[in-house]
Amino acid sequence: MKAAVLDFPGSNCDFDMYYALIDFGIDAKIIDARQSNLDDYDAIFLPGGFSYGDYLRAGAIARFAPAMEAVKKAADQGRFVVGICNGFQILTEAGLLPGALRMNAKAGFICDQVLLNVENDNSLFTKNLYRQQLLLPIAHAGGNYYADQETLTKLHANRQIIFTYQDNPNGSIDDIAGIVNEKGNVFGVMPHPERAVDPLLGNIDGRPFFESILQTSGVLN
Amino acid sequence: MSIAANPQLKSAEEVKSERIYAQWGLTDQEFKIIENEMGRLPNYTETGLFSAMWSEHASYKKSKPILKTFWSKNERVLQGPGEGAGILDIGDGQAVVFKAESHNHPSQVEPYQGAATGVGGILRDIFSMGAQPIAVLDSLRFSEIKNEQTKSLIDGVIDGIAGYGNAIGIPTVGGDVAFDDAYEGNLLCNVMSIGLLDHQDTIKVGQAHGKDNSVIYVGAKTGRDGINGATFASTEFSSQEESQRSAVQVGDPFMEKLVMDATIKAVREMPEAVIAIQDMGAAGILSSSSEMGEKGGSGIWLDLDKVPVREKGMIPYELMLSESQERMLLVVAQGREKGVIDLYRDAGLDAVVIGKVTDDSRYRLSFQGETVADLDIKLLTKAPSYKLPSKLPVHIKKASQQQYQPKISNPLQIIMQILSQPTISSKKFFYRHFDSMVRTDTVVKPGGDAAVIRIRGTKKALSLTTDVNGRYVYLDPYRGGQMAIAEAARNVVSTGALPIGITDCLNFGNPDNQEVYYELEQSVAGINNFAKQLNTPVVSGNVSLYNETDNRAIYPTPMIGMVGLIRDNRKITTINFKKNGDLIYLIGSTGNDFNGSEIQKLQTGKISGKLFDFDADAELNNQKLILTAIEAGLLKSAHDLSEGGLIVALLESAFETSFAFDANLKLDDAQLFAETNGRFIVTVEPEKEPVFEKMAGDQAELIGRVTDRNHFQIKTDQSSFSIDKEEATKTWKNSIANLME
Repeated sequence: MKAAVLDFPGSNCDFDMYYALIDFGIDAKIIDARQSNLDDYDAIFLPGGFSYGDYLRAGAIARFAPAMEAVKKAADQGRFVVGICNGFQILTEAGLLPGALRMNAKAGFICDQVLLNVENDNSLFTKNLYRQQLLLPIAHAGGNYYADQETLTKLHANRQIIFTYQDNPNGSIDDIAGIVNEKGNVFGVMPHPERAVDPLLGNIDGRPFFESILQTSGVLN
Repeated sequence: MSIAANPQLKSAEEVKSERIYAQWGLTDQEFKIIENEMGRLPNYTETGLFSAMWSEHASYKKSKPILKTFWSKNERVLQGPGEGAGILDIGDGQAVVFKAESHNHPSQVEPYQGAATGVGGILRDIFSMGAQPIAVLDSLRFSEIKNEQTKSLIDGVIDGIAGYGNAIGIPTVGGDVAFDDAYEGNLLCNVMSIGLLDHQDTIKVGQAHGKDNSVIYVGAKTGRDGINGATFASTEFSSQEESQRSAVQVGDPFMEKLVMDATIKAVREMPEAVIAIQDMGAAGILSSSSEMGEKGGSGIWLDLDKVPVREKGMIPYELMLSESQERMLLVVAQGREKGVIDLYRDAGLDAVVIGKVTDDSRYRLSFQGETVADLDIKLLTKAPSYKLPSKLPVHIKKASQQQYQPKISNPLQIIMQILSQPTISSKKFFYRHFDSMVRTDTVVKPGGDAAVIRIRGTKKALSLTTDVNGRYVYLDPYRGGQMAIAEAARNVVSTGALPIGITDCLNFGNPDNQEVYYELEQSVAGINNFAKQLNTPVVSGNVSLYNETDNRAIYPTPMIGMVGLIRDNRKITTINFKKNGDLIYLIGSTGNDFNGSEIQKLQTGKISGKLFDFDADAELNNQKLILTAIEAGLLKSAHDLSEGGLIVALLESAFETSFAFDANLKLDDAQLFAETNGRFIVTVEPEKEPVFEKMAGDQAELIGRVTDRNHFQIKTDQSSFSIDKEEATKTWKNSIANLME
């Protein structure tokens, strides 16, 4: 499968994502977010970082990048769209995922590894999970997920909540760490699965995420 | 030649008669040298240029005679001191680039921006060599956490490091933090950065060559921030003065990320076009351009009307001495300018030709069509250097020759007190704010002896640490200097790495004080002595003097940043116990070494007396044993002993694991806390006991076993007691959070 990793000015996990994808044999390319055509790609990844410096609300400027029109198109066509950390923030700002990410309840950037509950192991992004709990790195200052009651009810009803925190690090409502859109092909998550794929770095709990994508797309059976 | 006189500015005669130069930090004698050498009076602008270039911060005029003594050459050294950063060969055509820099004064005045721009500045030093920065470490010193002011300084520094490092996406992987009232009013914020060069042939140095090649300004626009910061950093603080804030710059990590990525790209894609690069750090455009010209044996001509500015009406003095951040100066081959400029512009950055390299060894500035400065570039960049008088500090002369003897009636209680000292307790409260994992190369994260970064695509990894114990250096500058580098080496060795080189930040008081100069001279001699024995050349560094408030100097704190090389990443070793039943060995013998120790501070409220001995041979032999044993696959864990002694190292090896230990020690209770150098604790699988013991001989002593119990069991010559693991862990983990809240 062909994957694009979008590079917004200020993205800084673009190479981390690129290397993780390559590691799984995925044909990945880093694509400048000024590019407006992403028709060639089966999956589009919006990586972590501080797009445009994040001096405004995180993701508030990035959503106007030329590539975002192409991301919307991909989402509409049912291709994979994945936003991690800053990428998740951009997807909510762009309206491709419901809700918003606010500054952490206790102010400040947190870098740690946290335990996640797998709330839905049947999504396109989790079907290859072999257990109900994952340890994944987090690194964010604005990971406090918020949605109004109506949205939350829908998220629960449609099983759009994929991961929740066991010990909520940022104040997210209902401990939400990652969600999909209604159709299930757009995924946003604050923790970093791409930082947990290499045994040398001591954590491989991110691998099932990539394996699920491969399985869904028929590359892995 | 006519030099324009700006009517609003002081004339050359007024600069002299009103001693304007003295306000900018030049002495009468220095001004006389300038006047004599030039054969005329320097004008306002020229005097400003000299004041910045001849400041201690830019010229090292007072420390240079000492810095020259640093040993900085061996088979690995590709670039020693004098450039943006030092460079060592790590094989396969690759090189490691590293340097440390202090941002003490700015961080004391405006902690967030001071620390943030400290990170930004050292990163520019690394990528100005053409290298990709791969890690940052911070060495911090604060006063004891006892009032709101200290807390806000600490918070500001931590947030500033996080704010800049996290955003630019270079992981903050380690460092060291200690607390002592000696740093009251003068915190230390030292930042070390490490970069990687994949191809040694793309090394860039800051040397301007080739007549008519272009000087290109890239990055952020110039404003009136940080004007004459170099002079600011070369004076002491007074609690009476509140007006120093304008000398601190404001950082923009987003801008720097663009500059960094574009600069690395320019070097990789156009190595022949980019002749030289230098970061605009202290003394901004001035120091970068004049130093590049002088080092390249060239002259420089700049047209100041071309400098991108964000404020109107800036005069040459301001343009030249501004320390606006995120700016770089490039020398680009004549005819190749467009390619380089286009590359930067594509990244949304300013890139403008502002001058030329000349062959007349002059430093000339044009402004609004007039020449506003015309100086001999050597005179400008070569401040007179001073070998200052030194004398043995009175407190050393009068020091008691006896070692302090701790009074231990209840060892458990003392252990809990030691664990709650902020210098000893877990620093996670701070480092959890730093992104230590971005770039996905961090194998050993903060909390170990040294951080370890793998080099992708190879089996190699780099081990990185910063260390110094200012209390030791205060009691004995020479031995304290030896111990600083010895501890750094123990940390690196514990991860399985061969120490290969060091950088330093020499943080001292006012060098005009003879006792301070003695500390500087002797600690450098001590560092040098042990650096040679370790074969770790000093390839870069920085000096921060005048760390005094109201005539009270900090402890002499020569921070050592060390890089170690791991050939096979499967051999990377950490401090944590790994398995129930593993054998625990103590490497190295323990003396009654307490002067300058954490326990002396705890029990007497101060440190005093003659510093204990440093056994260089034992240190080297024990380090060698650790490396050999790791290489042979015999060690499951390794941890060096430092502040707090054996008991702290044992507990630290268990805190972050599901294990505890039983220890049976042939020591008295006080020796649990002795800080004898050259020691480690290691664990070995029971099956490997004979092989390890044969290798180690009398350097190792079996002291216990790893257990899976919920308490630590300890027996000494004097007592037997147990420590509840949960309670001890809580004390160690929460102490700083409790103090900060």
